Amino acid sequence: MIEHYLSLLFKAVFVENLALSFFLGMCTFLAVSKRISTALGLGIAVVFVQTITVPANYLINEYLLRDGALAWAGLGSVDLSFLGLITYIGVIAAMVQILEMILDRYFPALHATLGIFLPLITVNCAILGGSLFMVERGYDLGESLVYGFGSGLGWALAIVLLAGIREKLKYSDVPAGLQGLGITFITTGLMAMAFMSFSGIQL
Amino acid sequence: MSKALRRFLDRHERHFLRGGRFEKFGALFEMVDTFLFTPSTVTAHAPHVRDAIDLKRVMIFVWLAVLPCALFGMYNVGLQANSAMATMGLTEVEGWRGVLIGWLGAGGCDPHSVWDNFWHGFAYFLPIYAVTMAAGGFWEVLFAMVRNHEVNEGFFVSSILFALTLPPTIPLWQVALGISFGIVIGKEVFGGTGKNFLNPALVGRAFLFFAYPAQISGDAVWTAVDGFSGATPLTLAASGGVDAITAAGISWWDAFFGTIQGAVGSTSTLMILIGAAFLLFTRVASWRIMAGVLLGMVVSTLVFNLLPSDSNPAMAVPWYWHLVLGGYAFGLVYMATDPVSASMTDTGKWLYGALIGLMTAMIRVLNPAYPEGIMLAILFGNLFAPLIDWFVVQANVRRRAKRHVG
Repeated sequence: MIEHYLSLLFKAVFVENLALSFFLGMCTFLAVSKRISTALGLGIAVVFVQTITVPANYLINEYLLRDGALAWAGLGSVDLSFLGLITYIGVIAAMVQILEMILDRYFPALHATLGIFLPLITVNCAILGGSLFMVERGYDLGESLVYGFGSGLGWALAIVLLAGIREKLKYSDVPAGLQGLGITFITTGLMAMAFMSFSGIQL
Repeated sequence: MSKALRRFLDRHERHFLRGGRFEKFGALFEMVDTFLFTPSTVTAHAPHVRDAIDLKRVMIFVWLAVLPCALFGMYNVGLQANSAMATMGLTEVEGWRGVLIGWLGAGGCDPHSVWDNFWHGFAYFLPIYAVTMAAGGFWEVLFAMVRNHEVNEGFFVSSILFALTLPPTIPLWQVALGISFGIVIGKEVFGGTGKNFLNPALVGRAFLFFAYPAQISGDAVWTAVDGFSGATPLTLAASGGVDAITAAGISWWDAFFGTIQGAVGSTSTLMILIGAAFLLFTRVASWRIMAGVLLGMVVSTLVFNLLPSDSNPAMAVPWYWHLVLGGYAFGLVYMATDPVSASMTDTGKWLYGALIGLMTAMIRVLNPAYPEGIMLAILFGNLFAPLIDWFVVQANVRRRAKRHVG
């Protein structure tokens, strides 16, 4: 059992890295990766949110949305899965809001570091992607918890690595036409190539 | 002679300076000049580093250190090809390479003759290396001219490392494509030597590996004879462990001396050790990185050895076999130690090396898609190098801040 979770975690972090093998969450990935300390903050926020929203969306899908999910209410023939996309986004937005309020009230120090990133994450497609992958692959509650944590961790790792490289590239002499976003795209592509070392690993 | 040459260069230098007639070719002039003579320029601002050699000579030292591998590689390519031909009953090399071998004066294709083997391999390595130099050099010089920076010996190192990690049968257009990608995307778009974050030779190699897997991996590409197919020891190890290698008649000493199938220049651990000794003696390469890569690989293979290996025979391959198979030693000595793409801090070098060692063992053992792991492991390590440095520096800052307060 624990072995299964470990291999799922490894897969979510490295083999199916949300940023570098699915290229999800690119806008934040490219925009907030100039400094390592900021990227670390954002990364931790993503791990946080992902670990909460993926299992939450699992519960909603399992008991409200999927075909036959409402059997407990006597509505066995109702299929609400067409509402999936909008519901997940709503759940993510609500979760992030609640999380922000809780952090603000009880953990002000943490809120000070993560606070500005939380609204940003609401519209991050990596977060939504995590939930959709969870539904598509039919994970159970335990698996979606592990997957949420792992995919968030993988994304966080990728953005911190990119920030490290970009801090180093500050001393580079990039041609004028490629400065800024252009060279960041190339860097991301090269990073994805190095991450292909994991593709094909079966656990 | 050298004085006359110096005078000649000095007399014509003005044409290549800013405003001169051949201003555009300034980079080329500078290349020839500093290749022949140690440049007389000195740094005017801090930091000042006193050393007997500058960046250019450092790079040439690496190139010299690779030379034994290249020479032995040519012999081994010929040896493998001639042995395969002997078993297949062939006596003539077909095509233009056969003509070239004839010109070079090799008597025939006798696998017992060092002379024949060397020239046979030479006929394969020379075109690869020439194409690498021509295609890569074209981009290097073009960027230097347009962007007005100097042509650097770093390119010599990248090109020979790239050429030596290819299989001898690789189509030459792919060689040109690979080195072009490595030089342009891996290095020049970041501003040239010293500004990149990945090893350019490996970027080119990895690009070819993913774009044209059929010509750079598998069983048919490692021996330069048409229609010959034989699994490399590394593939054997992945499918059947050490037993499969010894069953194929290959001993540890064969792998150590390098008379096995493999990429052109990375089979002989002995030659690589000679190069490593040279690099360590001249203190060009970092011993910390080398030790880190070695330790990382040894420790992780020891862990794999402890795990049950029923389903995956590669788990049981001991570390001293991993050391001599494939490109591990070559990557450890020449590529992981690339000072540009590696970690800069002393502690960081250990961590960076250990990560590469760990990743190599992991890809070799756990990833059935790739028998060889060192190339991707080093690229992966390159990604982590700046981050590792950052953490080391931050820890340092914290420690010193504490000391200051205390």
